[in-house]
Amino acid sequence: MSASSEILDRFVNGEYEHGFVTDIESDTLPPGLNDSVVRTISARKQEPEWMLDWRLRAYHHWLGMSQPDWAHLRQPQIDFDSISYYSAPKRKKDGPKSLDEVDPQILDTYEKLGIPLEEQKALAGVAVDAVFDSVSVATTFRRQLTEAGVIFCSMSEAIREYPDLIQQYLGSVVPHTDNFFASLNSAVFSDGTFVYIPAGVRCPMELSTYFRINEARTGQFERTLIVAAPGSQVSYLEGCTAPMRDENQLHAAVVELIAMEDASIKYSTVQNWYPGDARGRGGIYNFVTKRGDCRGDRSHISWTQVETGSAITWKYPSCILRGNDSVGEFHSVAVTRGQQQADTGTKMIHMGRNTRSTIVSKGISAGEAQNTYRGLVRMTPGAENARNHTRCDSLLIGDRCGAHTFPYMESRNPTARIEHEATTSRIGEDQLFYCRQRGLSEEDAVSLLVNGFCKEVFNELPMEFAVEAQKLLNVTLEGAVG
Amino acid sequence: MLNIENLHASVDNKPILNGIDLQIRAGEVHAIMGPNGSGKSTLAHVLAGREGYTVTDGQVLFEGEDLLGLETEERAHRGVFLAMQYPVELPGVNNAAFLKASLNSVRTARGEAALDAPAFLKLARDRIALVGMQDRFLKRNVNAGFSGGEKKRNEILQMALLEPKLAILDETDSGLDIDALRIVADGVNALRNPGRAIIIVTHYQRLLDYIQPDRVHVLANGRIACSGDGTLAQELEEKGYGWLNEESAA
Repeated sequence: MSASSEILDRFVNGEYEHGFVTDIESDTLPPGLNDSVVRTISARKQEPEWMLDWRLRAYHHWLGMSQPDWAHLRQPQIDFDSISYYSAPKRKKDGPKSLDEVDPQILDTYEKLGIPLEEQKALAGVAVDAVFDSVSVATTFRRQLTEAGVIFCSMSEAIREYPDLIQQYLGSVVPHTDNFFASLNSAVFSDGTFVYIPAGVRCPMELSTYFRINEARTGQFERTLIVAAPGSQVSYLEGCTAPMRDENQLHAAVVELIAMEDASIKYSTVQNWYPGDARGRGGIYNFVTKRGDCRGDRSHISWTQVETGSAITWKYPSCILRGNDSVGEFHSVAVTRGQQQADTGTKMIHMGRNTRSTIVSKGISAGEAQNTYRGLVRMTPGAENARNHTRCDSLLIGDRCGAHTFPYMESRNPTARIEHEATTSRIGEDQLFYCRQRGLSEEDAVSLLVNGFCKEVFNELPMEFAVEAQKLLNVTLEGAVG
Repeated sequence: MLNIENLHASVDNKPILNGIDLQIRAGEVHAIMGPNGSGKSTLAHVLAGREGYTVTDGQVLFEGEDLLGLETEERAHRGVFLAMQYPVELPGVNNAAFLKASLNSVRTARGEAALDAPAFLKLARDRIALVGMQDRFLKRNVNAGFSGGEKKRNEILQMALLEPKLAILDETDSGLDIDALRIVADGVNALRNPGRAIIIVTHYQRLLDYIQPDRVHVLANGRIACSGDGTLAQELEEKGYGWLNEESAA
């Protein structure tokens, strides 16, 4: 008993590995939100009139909304007037043209996080559109992608360079009126990523963006839009870490995916935002709207996420299965420890015939954390012969944490089939003793058991990412168990 | 190799072991028998270092070192192995991966190089053959969905891989049919060697039909009530344990 609780305490009190602040000058708007702030953001980014109008419509809509309270979360009321809505690293002229021009301190930050751009460029074959605070500071592999006809650029650039595509697709999956946080994002989004894969093209490399919040009290409002034209394929990796902070930081991103006929999008996330200290102070609030639209027949969208960070996570990557025979997948590992809270899951909206969806959710809670799975499977009248299979497994570490499962199922088509399975288990003293008797340390034993629990989801991640995720999990759960 | 002196231990403040004295030399096989509640399994767990078992007096020297001062995994690294009465299931943990991690942790602690995957597989196949099992054991998750007999055989396989100096088999015969019993016994016999001591904890004599012990000790009320050679086990089988209590009461 004693050794177990000691381990548990070490785990609960483990310091956040990626907590440090990079000291660079930045150009930050004073806190508060009003018409003029929205106009300023738009002007700073030299946006066209239509973009400003869209932002303002979203802002005015948002003014009439209130923060949602249905999630299984204890959340303080956020003072939206105490947040600064724009922060950009100061630039000498128009911005860096190559990595050489990037602030060495920024590059150093990535080094500390184990994401050396240079090395990635050479070794991993991953193109990185690195988002440091709110503005992209480095883009690599542009040329190779251009040859394949793939557009991979910051959202600001896309608004200037590809206005037709942006006007056609932005907000077409998550409208500016969608929900409180999505509307806020639409009004003040600072930057993000745009990807367009032309018809029939298989993207020649895995695309990756690393996010990082660095400026105190700066809300991070990223906007990601990925469009896969008919017959195209893309795999996109998103990973984040954030430095240690005392004040809560709001993160309200929006991600929209559009898969046309026979197109396939695989979106993988490893999220490691700062979770707050032992008493839960200072962690990131992560309120994210992620939605994929399987717009064409036989299209395929797959979400895979490994969530280990944030004080509060509110996130439901979803699929709208519009095209006939389209496929939606959601594979998730959510780890909460200390005072962390997560209310996460997915929505699978079946509209087309023979649409199929798979949900695999693995929740791990330790300390006093609360981990909630919330999932909706909806079979509309048109979802002839549609199928869903859901599996929710919860793993409890210690006896002060909680796991909750809220599956919502609606079927309006008698030929549709929905299956749901759920299990809850606990890492037991007997399992730990067994492993230790075989020579493994307690930490190795925990890592083995947790990785075994998550294996199915890790198998869905691209290779290098799976290794990273496993490492992250081991770091997160260092000394985890009782 | 193992020297137990005046060992007292309690669980939840209830005394279970009340002064055990036992010496085991390398190469010997000792059987520890006794009725339910006599402290057999407690002795096995105390030696392995399980939480919740409190040593209140006495000492245990293993190759001259104070065994009770070591963590559970350190004892494993020194060569103490406990084949469990109820092997635990580890869902999602591949048996081969587990065995490899386990073997390499022991090897590393001994200052030997960790085995890579091909070297491990070669060794594992060799040991599987030694204990009369099939390669498919490696592909399954640790004990998950194993039958009672398979779990026990998996314990013997682990023992064959880890090559302990001191192997403690805690009621390995319980719940086995006669064929499984024979397989387990053959495995144990194959692992008998001059450098290894084996303690067989059992309620029944039948396992000892297949594994000939050098010494048999009978535990009653947390003490060794009597010791003898293999014939003592036969005697117990005929008379049961009742006479022991009468004798110790007398």
